[in-house]
Amino acid sequence: MKVILDQDKCVASGQCVMAAPEVFDQRDEDGVAILLNDSPSEAGTEDVQHAASVCPALAIRLSA
Amino acid sequence: MTETLSSDEPQAGIPEYPMRRAQGCPFDPPPTLRDEQEKGPLTKVRLWDGSRPWLVTRYAEQRALLADPRVSADITRPGYPSQSSSRSNSIGFILMDDPEHARLRRMVTAPFTIKRTEALRPRVQQIVDDLIDDMLAGPNPVDLVESFALPVPSLVICDLLGVPYADHDFFQDNSKTIINRDSTDEQRAGALGRLAEYLDRLVGEKLDRPSEDLLSQLAARVGAGELPRGEAARIGVLLLIAGHETTANMIALGTLALLQHPEQLTALRETQDPKLVAGAVEELLRYLHITHSGRRRVALEDIEIAGQVIRAGDGLILPNDIGNRDPRAFSDPDRLDIHRDARHHVAFGFGVHQCLGQPLARMELQVVYSTLYRRMPTLRLAGALEDIPFKHDGSVYGVYELPVAW
Repeated sequence: MKVILDQDKCVASGQCVMAAPEVFDQRDEDGVAILLNDSPSEAGTEDVQHAASVCPALAIRLSA
Repeated sequence: MTETLSSDEPQAGIPEYPMRRAQGCPFDPPPTLRDEQEKGPLTKVRLWDGSRPWLVTRYAEQRALLADPRVSADITRPGYPSQSSSRSNSIGFILMDDPEHARLRRMVTAPFTIKRTEALRPRVQQIVDDLIDDMLAGPNPVDLVESFALPVPSLVICDLLGVPYADHDFFQDNSKTIINRDSTDEQRAGALGRLAEYLDRLVGEKLDRPSEDLLSQLAARVGAGELPRGEAARIGVLLLIAGHETTANMIALGTLALLQHPEQLTALRETQDPKLVAGAVEELLRYLHITHSGRRRVALEDIEIAGQVIRAGDGLILPNDIGNRDPRAFSDPDRLDIHRDARHHVAFGFGVHQCLGQPLARMELQVVYSTLYRRMPTLRLAGALEDIPFKHDGSVYGVYELPVAW
């Protein structure tokens, strides 16, 4: 699975960090999400899918 | 004849909004909202001014529309379903669209990251423990709102913003006037003016003597010419109100809801598992959904959704309280169950305007719910549920007072 994050869309809600802290973090200066790992392991799939589904700005896309 | 016509069901068959909750069901959204949700995802309501915006009651359609860039939060646009005749934006970027909204919002997001919020947890724990110490040493029974629910988030947001807590009576009273549905436009404007003046003065002080707080950061932007001073003050007003009133209501109403569901309260009191506490917070946010006046928007273009066409200029009301009770998104939605996975709730809204303080609110509630009932295990309502004054007249729901004993 590949994770694509659109930082321009991000509204810094922090939902992705809560859902999948091993894949997402936030910039210190404005809370905008950063991708720690764009190809997470299978074990993390569910968390990343949850992160994408709760992102209020629809800034996270997943591809196979 | 007249007694069969409640104010929620006028002659035309289009219900009025906002609606009334059912007597004896203080935790449930108005039954008319549920009726509308069963009719379909989009129906119409009538507002105070006779306008008839769309009412969007189902979870999926609420999320889709709140995240749709063709939908505007700009209160000054024609068609915006306003709560009153005042259409000026006195509360700042929550009633603006991108890119201006994003530019201003990003100026204040830094203190609300997960990391920064977690770093505040020990301080919040200290605040909560100190207030509980005071309650245990003071009179019994006591009003939990005044002694605990309001002070916790007020102290926290004062620290974060750099507002002196000694002024809490002043800002709490004015906040109350602003969010009371029954306030006149004049009363609301007066209260907003007083808070804006107060925040403006504080921004001025921070310009001269900056410290480590958020108002100082905004003042620095004012000094650098990036932000008009009036806008900095408006942002301060918004964060001050949103930072204390919402969490305070969740603390008091959440405690009341748990006291009415003793088995859930026991589970929460006895757990050592921070995951269960975090889950309980999400479920209480979903179940209580205190921002009960509907998210309000206006369509910028024609939007096809759920077999309907929303026309450009049509108003939209999206009551997330009923979205959080949509059986299509939550099984057995009217049951409070702290063990369920409620993390996909829309208590903080959805789309680019979703609450920016949500990590702070969550952390505060986690500390409160995991501490209060453990340290006051015999906590109980001092009086009858029927006598509790609920905030039916507030744009934010909750209780005005909560007499408790232990």
